[in-house]
Amino acid sequence: MTSVLYDAPGPEARRRHLVFGVISTLVILAVIAFVLWRFIATGQFSAQKWQIFSFPRVQQTLVQATGATLSAFGVAAVGSLVLGLVLAVGRLSERTWLSRPFHWFTELFRAVPVLILMMMLYYGLPPAIGVRWPPYTAVVVALILYNGSVLAEVFRAGVESLPKGQKEAGLAIGLRNSQVMASILLPQAVRAMLPVIISQLVVTLKDTALGFIVTYNEILFQAKFFGSQVQYGTPIVPSAIVAGVLYVGMCLILSGLAKLAERRLRRSQKVSPAPAAEV
Amino acid sequence: MALFRTKKAVFSAAAAALALALSACGGDSGSGGSGPSASAPYTVASNASLSGSPTFDKMKSNGKVRIGVKQDQPGLGFMDAATGQYSGFDIEIAKWIAASLGYGADKIEFKPIPSANRESAIQNGDIDYYVGTYSITDSRKKQVDFAGPYFITGQGLLVKKDNTTINSEKDLAGKTVCSATGSTPLQNIQKNFPQTKAQSFDTYSQCVDALKNGQVDAVTTDQAILLGYSSQDPDNLKVVGQPFTTEKYGVGVTKGDTALRKFINDMFTNGKDTWQKVYNSTLGKSGTKVDQPAVDNY
Amino acid sequence: MNTLFNNLDVFTTGFRTTIILFLVSGFFALLLGTVIGAMRVSPVPALRAFGTLYVNVVRNTPLTLVLFFFAFGYPKLGLPEIDFTASAIVGLSLYTASYVAEVLRSGVNTVPVGQAEAARAIGLRFIQTLTVVVLPQAFRSVLPPLFSVLIALLKNTTVAAGFSVYEAGAIRAYLAERGEPAIVVLLWVAFFFVVLVLILAQLQRYFEKKWKVAR
Repeated sequence: MTSVLYDAPGPEARRRHLVFGVISTLVILAVIAFVLWRFIATGQFSAQKWQIFSFPRVQQTLVQATGATLSAFGVAAVGSLVLGLVLAVGRLSERTWLSRPFHWFTELFRAVPVLILMMMLYYGLPPAIGVRWPPYTAVVVALILYNGSVLAEVFRAGVESLPKGQKEAGLAIGLRNSQVMASILLPQAVRAMLPVIISQLVVTLKDTALGFIVTYNEILFQAKFFGSQVQYGTPIVPSAIVAGVLYVGMCLILSGLAKLAERRLRRSQKVSPAPAAEV
Repeated sequence: MALFRTKKAVFSAAAAALALALSACGGDSGSGGSGPSASAPYTVASNASLSGSPTFDKMKSNGKVRIGVKQDQPGLGFMDAATGQYSGFDIEIAKWIAASLGYGADKIEFKPIPSANRESAIQNGDIDYYVGTYSITDSRKKQVDFAGPYFITGQGLLVKKDNTTINSEKDLAGKTVCSATGSTPLQNIQKNFPQTKAQSFDTYSQCVDALKNGQVDAVTTDQAILLGYSSQDPDNLKVVGQPFTTEKYGVGVTKGDTALRKFINDMFTNGKDTWQKVYNSTLGKSGTKVDQPAVDNY
Repeated sequence: MNTLFNNLDVFTTGFRTTIILFLVSGFFALLLGTVIGAMRVSPVPALRAFGTLYVNVVRNTPLTLVLFFFAFGYPKLGLPEIDFTASAIVGLSLYTASYVAEVLRSGVNTVPVGQAEAARAIGLRFIQTLTVVVLPQAFRSVLPPLFSVLIALLKNTTVAAGFSVYEAGAIRAYLAERGEPAIVVLLWVAFFFVVLVLILAQLQRYFEKKWKVAR
């Protein structure tokens, strides 16, 4: 525990901490109050700016947009888990001619910004190779390529963190390399890395918001459209608040799952603390 | 508080809304009724026929016409998020063409297509034609054909109503100007007005917001688009100066569909009165007088 | 090749801004992230709570929305005006700081208990224990995840293109208007990102070797 960093506070320290606590709480509340006050003063909470969200059609659009976000996330999440496993297994192969290409693939797609990937898949590739697909495809494929590569590294780190004896024991009882990987190493690696995997999935969910760049009709895309509605007072800030609440809500639910998984793991067995996910 | 009320409403309505949304997908958008179209200056042709146009044949087999438009350009191509109604100059032009081809407002399906996807939407046949601040350029002509032009505009400037220092593009030195990221007007400013600071956002609405916030001094793009914004908010915004470039708006049609292109061009040429009425009922409300350009029958 | 050389101005301006965004935001993110990481392990309950709240909220908000707030929300606060590049830097720093804080916190946990105990035994206070004894060691052990965060920051700078910052993410929009083939443009952009990431990875290896902890 971190409490090793300081002595148990005595009565004087506790008083000092209380003063500290009260002051910092006041400062934070003051900042929040100031932002709210300015927003109210500039009419961001006026009925006119929020009126647009009282129309059933707008609410419908928001529900659809949330569905679009979740559907892109769902497919991308499953896809990147599968791709991640394949890449990790390929990279862990003992044959260099096999592991090399997987290594390059992983490194390449980890290095290219997911936004650039989406643009490439939507604006670049289709005219160049003469095909056409909807923005949805570009969003999902870009997310799978990027997050799959990141997850591959996570899985690999998980496998490599396992004691050597696990693999040796598997081989000793006559299992083949692939069997050792599938039934001994990967299950343990996934288990050890579960918190990181889930927080990477939160990143995936957040990255669906980049879909607006390729005109995918998800939450942020619609929020921007609502913000352009002149006759309702161009509610740019209110739209951003609504989108923010939706995103933060969905991400918090996912993060909650991550916390739950972490706690269950900690209770059930001792696993090495997992490193943080990428941003 | 409004937020919570809205959120609750969203979720309670969610199930019903989803069902509704699924059934309402597409169909109902842009059915006429309110707005200028109530007394439309054009009538639906009863026995329109057009031979040799694959696009027209497709409209017939679909039983409707699918038109690509903008949905976020007030005064030109704009969709009311609350009602789903489309309005604006481009929308009226689009309806006029549809009427001449024999399709009333109830047979029109408007599809909002952002600038970046216009060519591919036409090439792939997702839409029958496109009307939405679509400038005729040589590089675009390689991918699509244009009927028209039906409107001529050029790069203009939008400033706050109380701004007296910017009266034309000559006053831009030392000022901050906003336009869409990477757009031609923006690159024009960066190249030809080196003393002007350029800012850019995805949409013009955000530029207009930055203008109202005082973060930028002017918004620049096609004057027609700017007129759309100033006509929505004449108390705070005004368009200044004369256009300092030339942009010709055309109707995008499938490359090679000469029959349809000629049909639309003839309609423009023979419909001077209708054009003027359409203009007066939309962009003309800003007070700016404009004449119909001659079509370019290339 | 022509796509690159004919538009070198766009590429150099774009990537120069990207690198500036990265360096400045990286600096502030490390600074702020360290402070918040320290808050999360501090003896004051209110500070711990604030650190936790900050990390939980910011990590669950898309970067686009954070940048959106500083581009469109901040100007309405009536505070001193800042330009869009500065507001992107503030947004990127605040966002990345939450990840830095998390990495550091996990790093603090890896420092052997005896280190902190020894520090306390010789009478160091919390701040001293943290800054003189624990954090320097924590930094070393979290170098790989810390560099992952920095690489992610480098890539995340592209999001600022939507908020009036002329950087690498905006190159496509500029060159599409000049009629360049999008795929070629984007491949060049991707190529330069790979190069920058490789440089960072090299830097990571250098620091890892230099600061290797002998245990």
